[in-house]
Amino acid sequence: MELIRAERINFSYGGSPVLKDISFSVDKGRIVSLLGPNGSGKSTLIKVLLGIYRPGSGSVLFEGKPLSRIAPKELAKRIAYVPQTHRMAFAYTVLEVVLMGRTPHKPLFSRYSKEDVEIALHSLDRLSISHLRHRSYTEVSGGERQLTLIARALTQGADMLIMDEPANGLDFGNQIRLLDQIADLARDGYTFIKSTHFPDHALWIADRVVMLQNGGVIADGSPSDVMDEEAICRLYNTKISILKINGSLKTCVPRAIANGGLKKHPGELDPSSDLCPEGRNDPLDTYN
Amino acid sequence: MKSRRLFFTLLTGALILTVFGSFALGRYPISPEEIVRFLAQQFLGIGSMDFQTMDKLETVLVHIRLPRIFGAMLVGAALSISGAVLQAIFINPLVSPKLIGILAGASFGAALATVLSLSWIVVQASASAFGILGVLAAVGITRLYRGDKILLLVLGGIISSELFNSLFYLMKYLADPYSQLPTITYWFMGGFALAEARTVLVLSFPILLGIFALVLFSPYLNVLTMGEEEARSMGINAAALRMTFLVISTVISSLTIAVCGMLGWVGLVIPHMARMIVGPDNRVFLPVTAVMGAIFLLVVDNLSRLLFQVEIPLGILTALVGVPVFAFVLKNATRGWSRWS
Repeated sequence: MELIRAERINFSYGGSPVLKDISFSVDKGRIVSLLGPNGSGKSTLIKVLLGIYRPGSGSVLFEGKPLSRIAPKELAKRIAYVPQTHRMAFAYTVLEVVLMGRTPHKPLFSRYSKEDVEIALHSLDRLSISHLRHRSYTEVSGGERQLTLIARALTQGADMLIMDEPANGLDFGNQIRLLDQIADLARDGYTFIKSTHFPDHALWIADRVVMLQNGGVIADGSPSDVMDEEAICRLYNTKISILKINGSLKTCVPRAIANGGLKKHPGELDPSSDLCPEGRNDPLDTYN
Repeated sequence: MKSRRLFFTLLTGALILTVFGSFALGRYPISPEEIVRFLAQQFLGIGSMDFQTMDKLETVLVHIRLPRIFGAMLVGAALSISGAVLQAIFINPLVSPKLIGILAGASFGAALATVLSLSWIVVQASASAFGILGVLAAVGITRLYRGDKILLLVLGGIISSELFNSLFYLMKYLADPYSQLPTITYWFMGGFALAEARTVLVLSFPILLGIFALVLFSPYLNVLTMGEEEARSMGINAAALRMTFLVISTVISSLTIAVCGMLGWVGLVIPHMARMIVGPDNRVFLPVTAVMGAIFLLVVDNLSRLLFQVEIPLGILTALVGVPVFAFVLKNATRGWSRWS
């Protein structure tokens, strides 16, 4: 079932186009990775999908209804924003941060009810971080902070989570734990759109990959279909190899490593499959 | 939770004790027993004090001390909660009603209306309007430059304050030296010696209303401190809410100008102290800040009238008490502020 659809979105910032004619749709319960280099428009696209930025032209439809026609509080009950773990000025407790997720459910002057607290505690439990509830948000680890923000999104009642580079700044173990939780929530019907800097994260858990370059979509499809060596080489303008492990699992490594290590002299690298020649980094003509 | 409840009990106890003590202390000391007897006779008709004593007690307690005590608590609460709200909406630990240009703007606004011989209500409106102008000037200056937002806002506040201080001095220069100048000079000194019962009473309505509104809105303040985009993603009209908070906190701090002049430090130090004790959750933090501000200013005002033969201007004392407290608080601010560069 289609949950959200972007239709020919254009967005300019200070006169220069940031998003160009972007269209894609996301089905319920899917994990979609937005992949692209810095400045490709991922963060801007996320803010357009959240309704924070209004597109110059085109529209975002949530369950067939344009975002601009959905009241902000109603939208917040369905779509939640999970930002990058940020430095926070005030040392709220983890529970206080999660409780903020009840905001769209509260009339103007009401306080949090017992039920609100129960919902928040349930979300913390769902992510196995109940023990952190009285700890200060500023003192827990980056991974725990990211889980707290996901718990806040669940407390908000949203079934679609839009995440901006959630794994940024997390150590390896926490990245894996985060991906684990995302995959687990997706099995329960939650839908994810997340931008990432790690092609591996898309290869491992995404159902769909939307590749962005210079504000345009250059590839859109399942990871196994669109994430080939050439596409990723073009996207990041660097040479990589995709290795298969156990026949199905894929991982993305630097070409030089795949060929025997970075320490080799560049001249010794295997020149046989040069899929990513320099100077040809405008792939739009190839894909459109 | 238990320690929090204990703290609330202590705070309430401190409030009652301070108020009671403030009635008793002074150039003409009145024993607590006398106060109780006065109250009993006045309101319950029980007691046997003669008319002369009653009259004397009424003059001291009701006509001299009551407006001053009420005024000090009102101003302390208003400046503290205003500083707390400003720190939250700008997500900036270094701002207060004075540092951000509000009090300078309000002083000028009040002086301008006085020089123009406008009515009392216009003086208040002008103070509020120029208080808002003062903070908008500071924020506007911040927008012109790129860089560390926290420091830029402080610099913007300094520039805005200097601008309005200059205009304030211009008003002093232009003021009628017999009728207007004494009033204006007194605004800049800071103190409750001349606090009029009528001024305090009339201003208490908008100030208390403002404090009440800020406390009522406090859950939204939490969401605002997460930043504009997160607040909007939770269905909040962040820009409108931030403006509402800014206007209310600016107006209530601007109105304190007419009660006691320009008082620094209260709006900076008390929010930090309160945040260190109860944490940053505005639902609890805002009312606690208001009560602590009321107690603090009442204590400092008592000191100002009791320490020496002559009364010390209150602004000097709040700075003398506030500066070391702030230096200490900054060092220990990590509980309320993670890190800020």
